[in-house]
Amino acid sequence: MSQARTERKPLHAQLRAERGAFLLDVSLELPGTGVSALFGPSGCGKTTVLRALAGLYRATGRVALGGVVWQDDARGQWTPTHQRALGYVIQEAALFPHLNVLANLQYGLRRAAAAAQQGALQNGLDEVIELLGIAPLLARRPATLSGGERQRVAIARALSTRPQLLLMDEPLAALDAGRKAELLPYLTRLQRSQDIPIVYVSHSLDEVVQLADHLVLMDAGKVLASGPLAQTLARVDLPLALGDQAGVVLQAVVAESDATWHLLRLDVAGAVLPLWVRDAGQTMGQAVRLRVLARDVSLATAPQPGSSIGNQWPGTLEAVADDGHASSVLVRVRVGADGPVGKTLGVAVLARLTRRSFQHLRLGIGQAVWAQVKTVALLD
Amino acid sequence: MSPMSPSDWSAVFLTAQLAATSTLVLLLIGTPLAWWLARTRSPLKPLAAAVVTLPLVLPPTVLGFYLLLLMGPHGPVGAATQALGLGRLPFTFGGLVVASVLASLPFVVQPLLQAFEAIPEQTLEAAATLRAGPLDRFFSVVLPLARPGFLTATVLGFAHTVGEFGVVLMIGGNIEGSTRVLSVALYDHVEAADFAAAHRLAAGMVVFAVVVVAVMYAVNRRPRDTDTEAKA
Repeated sequence: MSQARTERKPLHAQLRAERGAFLLDVSLELPGTGVSALFGPSGCGKTTVLRALAGLYRATGRVALGGVVWQDDARGQWTPTHQRALGYVIQEAALFPHLNVLANLQYGLRRAAAAAQQGALQNGLDEVIELLGIAPLLARRPATLSGGERQRVAIARALSTRPQLLLMDEPLAALDAGRKAELLPYLTRLQRSQDIPIVYVSHSLDEVVQLADHLVLMDAGKVLASGPLAQTLARVDLPLALGDQAGVVLQAVVAESDATWHLLRLDVAGAVLPLWVRDAGQTMGQAVRLRVLARDVSLATAPQPGSSIGNQWPGTLEAVADDGHASSVLVRVRVGADGPVGKTLGVAVLARLTRRSFQHLRLGIGQAVWAQVKTVALLD
Repeated sequence: MSPMSPSDWSAVFLTAQLAATSTLVLLLIGTPLAWWLARTRSPLKPLAAAVVTLPLVLPPTVLGFYLLLLMGPHGPVGAATQALGLGRLPFTFGGLVVASVLASLPFVVQPLLQAFEAIPEQTLEAAATLRAGPLDRFFSVVLPLARPGFLTATVLGFAHTVGEFGVVLMIGGNIEGSTRVLSVALYDHVEAADFAAAHRLAAGMVVFAVVVVAVMYAVNRRPRDTDTEAKA
């Protein structure tokens, strides 16, 4: 995670555009580091926002990265795309078909720096080539590459100019599930190695929870919510929470391996919340991101020794909201807030209950409950 | 076979000169025109496309007739060229170039337009995000990708100018050394029933056409072998 990194060059954007009945009106303040995901259904305007940030689409408003203003209509200022220090990756890769991979990578490098400074960029490019594992491809033509290889080259090419901002528009959307799985680890590595802000457009919540640090939720040309990923996902009042995919993302550390039962103990929020999961070969001390879906969490008013669910966390019911269906409610429980590691405020998990259970258990805000976590998904 | 007469050689050279000049002018005019047509969303686009295509369907003699009127002493173009001290265009080599360019325009613009339209907008946008300005993008991405289109446009423009007859006759007449091109000379020989001389010109044209088409197909089929970008 990148929260420890120093904040720098935040991205500011105030954009407005009208296209027929569609109205885009967004105001964004994105952190100067880590991955900010623009997430929302198709047609919600997230790609338009990204194109406007790049200067490929002209919305009205203001765009600034750190102190550098790229667009300010109030002052009649506009920097064309080729003068913005950004990298851009799209779904279709858009490599230059007449150039081999190496020449594709050098295209931007040559233009981004005078001959004297190209050495430094070349070193950076060599690192990126290594990071993305494309060294064996350098002499190949784009037409001979697989979809995943093409996308890795496109990412390296976008980084070749050593940009101050990386914009990615659904870089995985054109790939089948296998290729996606092949590319995701590279993106995770990229997210950790680059200390520039990355804006990542996606309509897949799976990708977002795996990669993002900051989440911008969009719908119909508007920003519904913008904030740190874990915090935003734990809100019960967002349409995002109303789907089957409602759930939270937690940070944990691999703390113990149990050879007898092939289980791993993960410590969530310090050592306060132990969580036993299937041992998938993670190394001791490794930081992992995990996703706990609301539908996989149930509540009890007392610990359940007779339950097959081994992961039971004490906590406090914090919020409750209507769910997508009249039969169920979505509740937020703060767990691990009063454990031995005194300073921690714990973490929030969401649970989906039937309205009937909620009544029968006489649940209410502020009440002590036990959250039973059936399954979690390890994201990395 | 007896050798060609000096007058026929003069027609050959004149034709080559006319075709080369016209092709050059056509590429200079046709490239920006085709680029504009390929990328514009202007409401004028269909009209412009229709005007460019018109010479394809208009009888050459009709085109030549109106050009003659326009460029003549009482036409607006003629008045302008005279006012500029350029003299009158009809029955001069310059007049032939102007007429040939108009008559051959669709043969140059169409292949260029198709080549330009085949270049995805995203490829150009990628170049822009890699610090390439508009002119740079044109020379480093559009030109290499549209290369087959340029070759086809050049060959068609040249060949069509070589073969033009109706417009040339209307606008240029039949003046040896300045407007009597191959097709007109050939017509003269046939009129004079000098079939041997006509054969020499006609067979030469056939050989020329076959060679040109063969070369064009061979070059366009060969994949581009330079992988690296030419150093600026």
